[in-house]
Amino acid sequence: MRKVYLSVIGFSLLCRLNSHAQTKQDTGLYIKPAASLYTPVSTPDTAGYNPRALRIDEIDFVTSYYGQTGDHSAVTGGIGTEQVTDIANSLTLNLVWQNKPQKKNTLAVGLGFDYHSAASQAFVSKTGASSPTGTRIYPSLDWTVENTKTGNAFGLGAYYSGEYNYQSLGADLHFSQKTADKNGEFSAKLQGYFDQVKLIYPSELIPNTTTSDNGTVVTSASGTVLSGDGHGHRAAIPSSPRTTLSASFSYSQMINSRLQIMFLGDLVTQHGYLSLPFHRVYFTNGKDTVEHLPSSRFKLPLGFRLNYFLGDNIILRTYYRYYQDNWGIKSNTIGIEVPYKVTPFFSISPFYRFYDQSAAKYFAPYETHSPTDEYYTSNYEYSKFNANFFGVGFRIAPPKGVFGWQGLHEMEIRYGHYTQTTDLVSDVVSLSLGFK
Amino acid sequence: MTPIMIKRLVSVVACAFLLLSVTSCVHLKEYQKSRLNDSEMALGNRKVEKNELNFESYREAASGANAGKTGGGCGCN
Repeated sequence: MRKVYLSVIGFSLLCRLNSHAQTKQDTGLYIKPAASLYTPVSTPDTAGYNPRALRIDEIDFVTSYYGQTGDHSAVTGGIGTEQVTDIANSLTLNLVWQNKPQKKNTLAVGLGFDYHSAASQAFVSKTGASSPTGTRIYPSLDWTVENTKTGNAFGLGAYYSGEYNYQSLGADLHFSQKTADKNGEFSAKLQGYFDQVKLIYPSELIPNTTTSDNGTVVTSASGTVLSGDGHGHRAAIPSSPRTTLSASFSYSQMINSRLQIMFLGDLVTQHGYLSLPFHRVYFTNGKDTVEHLPSSRFKLPLGFRLNYFLGDNIILRTYYRYYQDNWGIKSNTIGIEVPYKVTPFFSISPFYRFYDQSAAKYFAPYETHSPTDEYYTSNYEYSKFNANFFGVGFRIAPPKGVFGWQGLHEMEIRYGHYTQTTDLVSDVVSLSLGFK
Repeated sequence: MTPIMIKRLVSVVACAFLLLSVTSCVHLKEYQKSRLNDSEMALGNRKVEKNELNFESYREAASGANAGKTGGGCGCN
């Protein structure tokens, strides 16, 4: 905490010093003439209003490759391979139109598609026969109406994510309001996610016989149900709900012509099935069972951003987050990125991020949980660790378009290397293209 | 002085400095915002970071306060 306080004090001093650099009034060379023949001509306010038809403002495409290795898979109780590869792609179409004076509408239509391969996923089946691959599709829709005069905005969003074992439906309502001088902005967002977790258990832990209203059925590891007629049917595997409700707030402020800051805070509450059914836990007696976590969780992340334009070419982008939840986890995240503008249209951005967290009350490694524990997990996401993430990004946005192609107005490439003290290591490379 | 008292004193001083820094803000005219409006100065995540934020939220217990999603997503391994 002492480091946090010192950082705040240091930042405050920086603000005080910079504010004095901006106290001089604009003097200029303009001298008001003693007399003038100019007569102002009045024009009606609505003269410039033309309803603008729907048009495509921008198309954003982001693709990433993620590769990971590790040796603490939750599927196998905190031991075993964590090898994962993931190819993620998303496309966002931004449509704008103006149907009333000063009312700019933006509709963002997004579609994402991921393909992943996880070695541990094969071991949902005890023999390693489960499929190690999967896909995820996630469309989204966001409508925002902005008052172009005041800068205030209001919007609604909807979101869906679907994969074999997890379905998520989300909605949000957001608004933002600028201060009178337009140097500050407050924004708020209310979000709700209504998820369904498919109850796919490790093969040896599937209840062998289930009695339903229609009689007795026998469930196999693949989800095939053998009913009284002796034939296998691909029956719907039952799901359990998980609900996430959150309120996010932020306030940004321009301090002077080189410095701006932002405070961020979320209140997040989750209810329902918060475990994952295919995560094993091995007790001290050698027996295994399915991870069991409480059915509610409250999260409180508080963040702070500070961006400073140093000289003419260097920018400091910093981020700090403190996080706490009622599962006993406390965490600090510090990030710094230093974009260097080689030209006004090309920048190189090395970055570094440090993360640490304490363990959840319910975490213990392989074969260390007691069978008498009420809640238990061996998922190393909830263990005590720290992580380092560093890399470099390149951004190019020339006025004549990237590679001389006017339609491609921006391109970003970024590579990062991530290590955890749990021995998890990963690499991620991303490409972002912006079309106008 | 006990550690708790020191902690409280540091909190008060930190808050006072924070208030002072906010009150030291300068009223900026539009033409003075050229640096602040630079795309590298945006107070948010880069578009290219989108999938990085996803993997961080799956591999770490903490999430949020980054203007991103607070829920939904995947049942990842």
